[in-house]
Amino acid sequence: MNTQQMPGSQNQSSFAATLRAALVHNAVWPISVLVLILVVNAIVAPAFFSIRIQDGRLFGSMIDVLYRGTAPAMIALGMAVVIGTKGIDLSVGSIVAVVGSVIAWRIKEGDPHLVILFTALAVGIVCGMWNGLLVAVLDIQPIIATLILMVAGRGIGLMVNLIYGGTDPSFESELLQGLSVGNIGLIPTRLILFVVIFAGLWLLLRRTALGLFIESVGGNPAAAQLAGIPSRLIKFSAYTISGFMTGWAGIILTADVHTSDPVKVAMFSELDAILAVVIGGGSLMGGRIYLGMTLLGALVIQTMVTSILMSGMPPEYNLIIKALLVLIILLLQSNNFRAAVIALLGRRK
Amino acid sequence: MKNLKLVAAVVAGAMMLASTSAMAVTIGFSQVGDEGDWRPAFSKDMQDSAVEYGIDLKFADAQGKQEEQLRAVRAFIAQGVDAIIIAPVVVTGWDQVLQEAKKASIPVFLADRDVEVEDNSLYVTRISADFNLEGKLAAAWLAAESKGSCKVVELQGTVGSAAAIERQKGFQAVLDQFPAMEIVRSQSGDFTTEGGKQVMEAFIKATNNLEGICASFAHNDNMQLGAIQAMKEAGLNPGTDVLMVSVDYVPAMIKALEAGEANASVELRSAIGKFIYPVVLDYLEAPKDLPKWIVIPGDLHTAK
Amino acid sequence: MAEPTSYRVEMRGVSKTFPGVRALDSVDLHLREGEVHALLGENGAGKSTLIKILTGALERDEGSVLLDGKPVEVHTTAEAQALGISTVYQEVNLIPTLSVTKNLTLGRQPTRYGLISWRKARMMAEERLKRLRLDIDPERPLGYYSVAIQQLVAIARALEDDTRVLVLDEPTASLDAEETELLFQIVRDLKAKGIAVVFITHFIDQVYQIADRISVLRNGRLVGTASTAELPRLKLISLMIGRELEKLGNRPVRAADDTIGAPALEAENLGRKRVMSPFDLTVHAGEVVGLAGLLGSGRTQTAKLIFGAIKPDSGTMKIASKPVGHFSPRGSLQQGLAFCPEDRKADGLIGELTVRENIILSLQAKRGWHHQLSRKDQDRLADDMIKALAIATPDAEKPVGQLSGGNQQKVVLARSLVSQPTALLLDEPTRGIDVGAHAEIVALIRRLCTEGLALLVASSEFDELVAVSDRIAVLRDRNKVAEIAGDEITRENIINAIAHR
Repeated sequence: MNTQQMPGSQNQSSFAATLRAALVHNAVWPISVLVLILVVNAIVAPAFFSIRIQDGRLFGSMIDVLYRGTAPAMIALGMAVVIGTKGIDLSVGSIVAVVGSVIAWRIKEGDPHLVILFTALAVGIVCGMWNGLLVAVLDIQPIIATLILMVAGRGIGLMVNLIYGGTDPSFESELLQGLSVGNIGLIPTRLILFVVIFAGLWLLLRRTALGLFIESVGGNPAAAQLAGIPSRLIKFSAYTISGFMTGWAGIILTADVHTSDPVKVAMFSELDAILAVVIGGGSLMGGRIYLGMTLLGALVIQTMVTSILMSGMPPEYNLIIKALLVLIILLLQSNNFRAAVIALLGRRK
Repeated sequence: MKNLKLVAAVVAGAMMLASTSAMAVTIGFSQVGDEGDWRPAFSKDMQDSAVEYGIDLKFADAQGKQEEQLRAVRAFIAQGVDAIIIAPVVVTGWDQVLQEAKKASIPVFLADRDVEVEDNSLYVTRISADFNLEGKLAAAWLAAESKGSCKVVELQGTVGSAAAIERQKGFQAVLDQFPAMEIVRSQSGDFTTEGGKQVMEAFIKATNNLEGICASFAHNDNMQLGAIQAMKEAGLNPGTDVLMVSVDYVPAMIKALEAGEANASVELRSAIGKFIYPVVLDYLEAPKDLPKWIVIPGDLHTAK
Repeated sequence: MAEPTSYRVEMRGVSKTFPGVRALDSVDLHLREGEVHALLGENGAGKSTLIKILTGALERDEGSVLLDGKPVEVHTTAEAQALGISTVYQEVNLIPTLSVTKNLTLGRQPTRYGLISWRKARMMAEERLKRLRLDIDPERPLGYYSVAIQQLVAIARALEDDTRVLVLDEPTASLDAEETELLFQIVRDLKAKGIAVVFITHFIDQVYQIADRISVLRNGRLVGTASTAELPRLKLISLMIGRELEKLGNRPVRAADDTIGAPALEAENLGRKRVMSPFDLTVHAGEVVGLAGLLGSGRTQTAKLIFGAIKPDSGTMKIASKPVGHFSPRGSLQQGLAFCPEDRKADGLIGELTVRENIILSLQAKRGWHHQLSRKDQDRLADDMIKALAIATPDAEKPVGQLSGGNQQKVVLARSLVSQPTALLLDEPTRGIDVGAHAEIVALIRRLCTEGLALLVASSEFDELVAVSDRIAVLRDRNKVAEIAGDEITRENIINAIAHR
């Protein structure tokens, strides 16, 4: 992306030049960290890589990474779209909570489960539209606008649980659990669902002009307006997309454990989502949406989490290790840091 | 329809309270908030049993904030209630307000969590469950069931929380008595079903389908329920292949016990009004020195 | 006034070089006691560099500065303040959410026992306001008052008892006529107190209202200082624009078959308070209309009003004889009007996006999000434009932010052309473009015109307008003051129209 010359670059070998050219691509850093984590795993816990077929489904830690990463990745993709408009959506965790409580409630009320599926999605979309209304129509700063639902959402979830008493929010649903924890052939259903939704999102952004418009609005709002783009509508739609993606995440997470826990479900998921976007090379300044790279970012985070769980390390270290790994990725992505390291190495030679 | 009934119930309850308040003992109760499954049930029981004991209960929800709680306690003092029960949000910062209560000659009782004050006489007693004891009960049951030989995987609560620390300590204390019992894996599932499920999924892979593992100890039922789901999805039989013991005894766990997918759960009582109110009422009738901690026993429930 | 022996301020032979630019070349500026001295020049003439050197914000490379006959060295604005040289910048550098008192005393709050004494602060503020005869409540937030009052508060803040020189940098840019008069009354007061006032502005009329003497800068050189009475407008404007009047190029000969079609743009009484006085303007298909005027005369505002980027508060617009109902860029674009803005960094480019994406943006916006141009069409349009406008880029996929200035301008131009307009507004189409590209763009404008497009071209380059226009609307001080057509279109006539009052 950035083709700035680094200091002292003239008198280096052509191999170094090639290497530097390769390093210019965004994907290199998250991928190398991913590889690094996997290598550490290979040494510490070789079982990480074993994949076998058990009870007619694929089974193994690598599958777990994909499986557990599905919901966070959906949230992160929605976040990438919002960040593309130079916005942010802090309310995603709370939207998951609201979606979950509505699913539990409607199941207790005896609605047909297919209807509940669409109700849950509609709840996610309406939450997104609410954010969009505050940001795009009322011009409230995104961080504040989405903070409102972030704070209120879990409370709304608790109130919904109270409608039916809330003592036992667990439920059974063949359809929803099938989507979340079932499998089609050897493949977990949620992975197939994810591929379909990802493809749909990609088509929406890249096979219509919506992606271009979102990036224009995020990159230079004044220029986008003069170029004839309806900025408010575009921003509104970005938050709505985030609500839709988060709605799906809510369905998967809720049906996964078939219970509703509005207070703790998807806690801090907004931070992981933002992190995934940033690891994927997205800038909080907006102007670009990298769907594939965001997916890679979410994958790195989930690999990290699963590796920590597999490692047998005391849980007190979880957060520190995660923070360190994230720091390493972000340092590697920083042009200034890389230039400093290269200058340092050059001097030693 | 439901809402209408709810409104009717609330109105009826309010009228009952109003009619009894003239002569009844008045108690102010400052609750932490309404997080999780357990606390709302606790709040509800405190309100319900107050009616049974003929107590005029003034209930204040602190929404997890200490300043809110301090305000509520000062309001109770100003109203001149007969006694105050606090379920503290945090352990420190209580000296001042408890002094004020003492000056007003209003006895203060603690429910659930502890406080740290310089002068212990500022509160009468703490009436609560004992997390440490819960851990011990679970371990003792496991020792009996496994005849003192068992490799355990542990699902910890949120790292650093009092419940997680004490349950772990109590459990470990008993395990230390049995050389053939040990915790082989321990991770935090954050007290959530999803966390428990994810951690158990990792344990299953890391231990080659829980090979040689005889039990799973979870710091709460939610995580254990998640672990049960993970094991079933991996083709294992929780409750049969592996002993499942946890803490809380929530409704979903009762179902799991009935289905034979879990083996034991230590009850963290939410219906503890019947333990708390008698202590308070007896004290009001005849004040005397009480031990600083009155433990509410947590029964261990098994599948049978 | 007879030539006095001493000056309040003498700047002698001041030079300043920035990397690659000689910003000031041996400039002299003499300020007398109790005069209003207008400092004029087009953008980049060196006005602000000169002022920054006077006020200590920049260091000079050569030359000397004398204050009341004594050489002084000022290295910081604080030192300048201490010497009695104060500045009020164009954008009010105050904090609208704080009270007038706080704004007036910020950074020099009076203290008592080491703490701020707000009572004393208020007295100090009231005294400062009284000095300017400003009767406002100092406890109200500054933002409560009009921009004019805020401007005056800024002056009140800058003025000390011992202020000897006051620099006002475009103080009237956002004021209406009455507010400007209020400001001028105060400037006359200050003058009477012996303060030398430097008045920087683009409004020629205001110069003749208030200034005693005028200095004109062009390309970093002083091209002349004269008393206002001795410098007729015509002379002033030619000094500012440079080159002598007689050397001007003639209008190129048009093809005989030039035919002017139906009205493509009709603005009637279009205007907005404080932005542009209402004006009438018609542009026909196959016609180029030029918008001429000095900096600040309202060229860009006129174009933006027509395009709907600034919402007019009076008047009507028709595009291709269809009335514009709701003024917005999007609406205008859909009715067949395109706009190529002057400030390409702020209003034109989306730097992260590629050349291709930038070029097709308006056409895509016109089609709506769900009718995406196929990648093939996008590539074709982008490649055509890159070729037609000779945009220097390795390929269409380069982020546009990495192109050079001239090429960026061409990309913005390409965007408006690609949107298939019936009428096109070009604001400074050749700004920042090298000579070769300049000629190409002028030729392109003529070609588009013969293809039946209606063009409105705003430019500060009068030669360029003379070369391309069939008709020229002349603006002065945010008023349309004249229209020149046919053989009347000459540089002299434009300048006459601007100067004439």
